[in-house]
Amino acid sequence: MKKYASFFRIRFIHGLQYRTAAVSGMITQFIWGIMEILLFRAFYQASPESFPMTFQALSNYVWLQQAFLALYLIWFWESQLFDSITNGDVAYELCRPVRLYNMWFVRGMAVRLSKAVLRCIPVLLFAWLLPAPYGLTLPADFRTWFFTLLSMTLAFLLVIAFGMIVYMSVFYTISSQGIKLLASSVSEFLGGAVIPLPFLPDGIREIVNVLPFASAQNVPFRIFGGDLTGREMYISLLLQCFWFITFLLIGRAMEQRALKRVVIQGG
Amino acid sequence: MIQVEHMNKTFKVAKRSAGFSQAIKALFQRETETIRALSDISFSIGDGEMVGYIGPNGAGKSSTIKILSGILTPDDGTCIINGRIPWKERKEHVKDIGVVFGQRTQLWWDVPIIDSYELLRDIYEIPTQTYEENLEELTELLSLKELLKTPARQLSLGQRMRCEIAASLLHSPKTLFLDEPTIGLDAVSKLAVRDFIRKQNKKHNTTVLITTHDMQDIEALADRVLLIGKGTLLFDGSLPDLMTHQPRENATLDEIIAALYRDYDI
Amino acid sequence: MKSLYLYKKYCIIHLKCIMQHKVSFLLNTIGIFLMSFNLFLGVYFMMDRFQQVKGFSYEEVLLCFSITLMAFTIAELFFRSLDTFDSIIRNGEFDRILLRPRNSLFTVLCSKIEFTRIGRLLQTLLMFAYGILYSTIDWTPFRIIVIALMVLGGVVVFASIYLIFASICFFTLEGLEFMNVFTDGAREYGKYPIGVYGKTVVTICTYIVPFSLFQYYPFLYLTGKAEHAWYGLLPIAGCLFLIPAILLWKFGVSRYQSSGS
Repeated sequence: MKKYASFFRIRFIHGLQYRTAAVSGMITQFIWGIMEILLFRAFYQASPESFPMTFQALSNYVWLQQAFLALYLIWFWESQLFDSITNGDVAYELCRPVRLYNMWFVRGMAVRLSKAVLRCIPVLLFAWLLPAPYGLTLPADFRTWFFTLLSMTLAFLLVIAFGMIVYMSVFYTISSQGIKLLASSVSEFLGGAVIPLPFLPDGIREIVNVLPFASAQNVPFRIFGGDLTGREMYISLLLQCFWFITFLLIGRAMEQRALKRVVIQGG
Repeated sequence: MIQVEHMNKTFKVAKRSAGFSQAIKALFQRETETIRALSDISFSIGDGEMVGYIGPNGAGKSSTIKILSGILTPDDGTCIINGRIPWKERKEHVKDIGVVFGQRTQLWWDVPIIDSYELLRDIYEIPTQTYEENLEELTELLSLKELLKTPARQLSLGQRMRCEIAASLLHSPKTLFLDEPTIGLDAVSKLAVRDFIRKQNKKHNTTVLITTHDMQDIEALADRVLLIGKGTLLFDGSLPDLMTHQPRENATLDEIIAALYRDYDI
Repeated sequence: MKSLYLYKKYCIIHLKCIMQHKVSFLLNTIGIFLMSFNLFLGVYFMMDRFQQVKGFSYEEVLLCFSITLMAFTIAELFFRSLDTFDSIIRNGEFDRILLRPRNSLFTVLCSKIEFTRIGRLLQTLLMFAYGILYSTIDWTPFRIIVIALMVLGGVVVFASIYLIFASICFFTLEGLEFMNVFTDGAREYGKYPIGVYGKTVVTICTYIVPFSLFQYYPFLYLTGKAEHAWYGLLPIAGCLFLIPAILLWKFGVSRYQSSGS
């Protein structure tokens, strides 16, 4: 366990070094958040009764999305990992007395967290200072906070577990590009990064909701804004657990099989 | 003719420090450091001379080459090559020089070498006849015949360097700058490259300035050696003069140079 | 003319390189297309739910979206080397570019032609055609000129932004992520007429970065929401943005510090 912790620490510190990237990332997120909210305001004015959630909840969704982009954006790929598989450098990693899957999982967590830590606080603070209903409104009760955090953790793990499947799939194909692109674009829309999932039309929405990508940012951000409560929330949380475990098992199975092949090929 | 007088060049670089708290600190303020890459450099090189330019890593060799080829502008001082100031009349100047960076390539990775050459022909607007003649001569001297149809990525380092050198000479430059041309090459390729540079110098009276860490390059090619350390020109003379600086009897060239670096504290 | 000939030669060599990596090229093209198709889906579902936004119908929004995206895509196709200019500086490629007896900006542009954007260009053409056929715009010869000017002005404005972005790399040596606000952001949010975002945004996008000049104002005239015909000529004013961009580039080149070693 200790070795994974120190591995985490190295990657985390490494990620913190990119100062200018962090500052400009923050500015980007402010502006994108503002634009997103202005856009939804225009739609709200066009027809308030067609708005599927309260404007407050929508603002919360947008700001959390901007603040935690680094945690939940599927397409934060680490090209180093892809390259190490394609060019065979992965062999060095296999020489270490650690399990590849665990090591990369920890690495993914560290990289994303180091990015998010730097960016989220100013964005959240800024959003909190904005006037209602455009800013971030903190939930009053402890239960919502608790379930948001729980759900955020699950979503974070899920995103990394999904990323691991994509990394592992490169062992089975020559070019990582196709999978990367397909995973990026599909997950973006189905995860609610283009428009929040409640805005999808009836019939489509129900299906998308049970798909794995809906279990990422969609769930915690809507819990936080009070848009997802009660029975529906518990079902969503269970779905998050289900998809996380499924992805974890698939990823680990892929790793085992791939490594066997690497060993055989390596002779 | 290359004439350099009292040339200075400084760079600003950001400091980067290790450790967790340092990393946090660096978020808020970043210290910069001014590095004197070149201070008060003067030398002149006549037409047809072959000059070796040596010094430890970071001494300012590459900076000099980049100024001479018009890529960088010095802080002050003058530099006149073939009657032009490189960074002021860059476009005209670069038509007269060829530059080889040993660690980088100017060849297109995925297409046959000949395609890269033909593009260079169009970039430099080399008259067709001159191009054909030069290509033929270079192909012959560097034995490129089999390589021309191969993409650069399929060539060995030695083969690629030969193609690289030819690419820099297609437009018949008067002056050739070679920045570590033999780095990483095997013995056969090194000999081939050296042999070719000598021939090129003899035949076309090309002026050659070569930076290298390989003292055998200097021995084989240079009539004259410039030694630079920490941005200052420390020695300008012939190789035999340099050799008199013997730390002990029968010292190898590398040992002599190492002793020089030590004595000059660079 | 000579430059155009050389540009063609570069085009051919780029195409030859693509032929060496056909699968990867195809996948890339599809991926770029899918990403912008997501944007389209977003617009489609939102307009399906709300019918109109600030008085613009679905067909009008789609037309506006296609004009912005088309301008952006064409700019990316030809000027993408400027978008990745930080890596051109870092890996020393710019040294090599300065060794060529040609205009340095021209040589930079030659170094990359982003053919992978062709899939998205097709998508914008389809949306464009749909928008033109089904929107209730009263077509006159002048309006046709206006729509062409919008695309052209957009390309110039995006190219100018890329150029500013590249020029800044001379001083920072690394790309600045927030510059994406102006390129990727404009692509992302330019899918709706800028007026949708309110007065402040329109003002910023008029006087600071001239997005409104090629997108919002001429579009108002096009859809008959504003009478002033001179709105239709504003894209030409937007092109003036290229002047400061080129000056900044020239200043940057003169201050170029090659990267180490």
